[in-house]
Amino acid sequence: MNERNEPLIPKIGVITDVRIDTPDVKTFRVVTPDGKKAFEHKPGQCAMLSVPGVGEAMFSITSSPTNTEYMEFSIKKCGCVTDWLHRAEVGQQITIRGPYGRPFPVDSEFVGKDLLFIAGGIGLAPLRSVINYCRAYRDRYGRIDIVYGARSADDLVDYREIIEQWCEDEGVSVHLTIDREQEGWDGHVGFVPSYVKELGFTPDRTAILCGPPVMIKFTLQGLGEMGFEKSDVYTTMELRMKCGIGKCGRCNIGAKYVCKDGPVFRCDELDELPDEY
Amino acid sequence: MKRCPLSRLEDLFAALAESYKLYIPTDGEKGSSFTLWSEGAEISRRLNTARPPKDFFFPQSEDLMGFKTHGQTVELVDLRTEKEDFALFGVRACDAESLNILDRVFLSEPGDSYYASRREKGVIFTLACNKPAETCFCTAFGIDPSRPGGDVSCIECGEYLYLEPLTQKGEAALERLSAVTEDCDSAEAEPQREKIAKTVSRLPLADLSTEGFGEGKTDELFSDERWAELSRCCIGCGSCTFVCPTCQCYDIKDFKNGSGVVRYRCWDSCMYSDFTKMSAGQPRTDQTSRFRQRFMHKLVYFPENNDGVFGCVGCGRCVAKCPVSMNIVKVMRTLGGKKDE
Repeated sequence: MNERNEPLIPKIGVITDVRIDTPDVKTFRVVTPDGKKAFEHKPGQCAMLSVPGVGEAMFSITSSPTNTEYMEFSIKKCGCVTDWLHRAEVGQQITIRGPYGRPFPVDSEFVGKDLLFIAGGIGLAPLRSVINYCRAYRDRYGRIDIVYGARSADDLVDYREIIEQWCEDEGVSVHLTIDREQEGWDGHVGFVPSYVKELGFTPDRTAILCGPPVMIKFTLQGLGEMGFEKSDVYTTMELRMKCGIGKCGRCNIGAKYVCKDGPVFRCDELDELPDEY
Repeated sequence: MKRCPLSRLEDLFAALAESYKLYIPTDGEKGSSFTLWSEGAEISRRLNTARPPKDFFFPQSEDLMGFKTHGQTVELVDLRTEKEDFALFGVRACDAESLNILDRVFLSEPGDSYYASRREKGVIFTLACNKPAETCFCTAFGIDPSRPGGDVSCIECGEYLYLEPLTQKGEAALERLSAVTEDCDSAEAEPQREKIAKTVSRLPLADLSTEGFGEGKTDELFSDERWAELSRCCIGCGSCTFVCPTCQCYDIKDFKNGSGVVRYRCWDSCMYSDFTKMSAGQPRTDQTSRFRQRFMHKLVYFPENNDGVFGCVGCGRCVAKCPVSMNIVKVMRTLGGKKDE
């Protein structure tokens, strides 16, 4: 029905797998009714998913573009649409449109660089796409370090993939941490910002951050103290969106629209925006 | 240029109505509004309609699409209907310019096909403002109320209505009016334009200037402490947004109507507290920041993205309608102008 190529009109998507990641995060696999990927995307881009009758919301695409079969979305239960999705079962049809936004510069600025990924909680979801893309094209990038923290060991998203795949990769170092001591956890305990400082990375790396605002704030501060330039630090933003194409006005910050000018921003670009995000 | 005797205005409307659904401003209980013309309809002599013609292109509420759900399956339903060719007569210079501003939003890639199809179908006959009001300040934004834009620019002078086509669409429309119009010298309307210019120069807001606003002013204006004082009386009712010809923020919502789901779009306002609210918090938590957003958008952010064009046309509706008498003029007077140093 979309012969006029109207961007607001979505495609039908089918949930073909639901993985329980944490007590409040599930990862949904989505394809079109004929079993294909709904569209191609680049790491860091987002898609609008909707449950007709409930609403539409923007989610980062957590699967890598190198996955040719399906897309995945790691979704935390925190509102009407996400609540409904968490109750959905395999076979459920939803709608999907996209891709939206500016991706991470995986084929330009990141090439040849040592990469430092820093994520907190559900903040791993948008970075997983980049991490798996970089793992797929391993020889284009230097060292890869991943610092990932969550409230508890049960709140680490994609834990199995991290342990079984990322930790096994040559030239990829994974540093996990949880906020408080927990029985059965023999890894690091402490908040992400202080763990990053403890690990003492050299500032010649490109850092990619995503997590709750308080984590971002203190990690940025820490990276600054470690000598990182803001132009070498990237993050991805989240704001309320309705259209995804820079028209509905919700995600407007300064002269930028997060849905189309972001969600990925370099930290020196963020400094130019008015301080209200 | 063509002219039509004012005594034959009714015939001109009748001729237009043969080819288009014709809407003209008429007076009603709630002021003037664009209404479907029918024989004997009296054109409003008020300066402007209470609501801008925005509704014709970006309606307050419109159905975007429908869904039918059966068990786990979802089916999309096309709810769009082709609009007929229509003509708006009597659009003022400010409102005609507001459509150019909306075009920059809705027609920029990726274009909004709902808006685009209505723009294609609509032909705009503008009408010069012989009696601009004390709330008018279109000239601050470079608009000349004696030479309005649109597809056909009209002005009443003496015993005649003068019509000048500005677009191909306008020329095509004028060709259909050959029975009621005749060729004339464009100089004939000049005395009226001069009169308007004189009136405009004596208006209370004639000296309003955009100096101090525009591209590159974000840092300086955003951090200005006077936003708190300016916004103190704002009750966040959103009236300014709803009467504004250029405000275009919208919401998309789903409605279950018994036989399925309708996804509709409706106007929204950045002045509302839940506009940017997310489960994870929101960037603008107080009325001062929401108030600042609306004016910064019109006076700084929009020009920044649109070659310096401001997101206001000076129609004055917000000046007349704000229940607490706050408006863009006060913002411009307070924060703009030359900095006293």
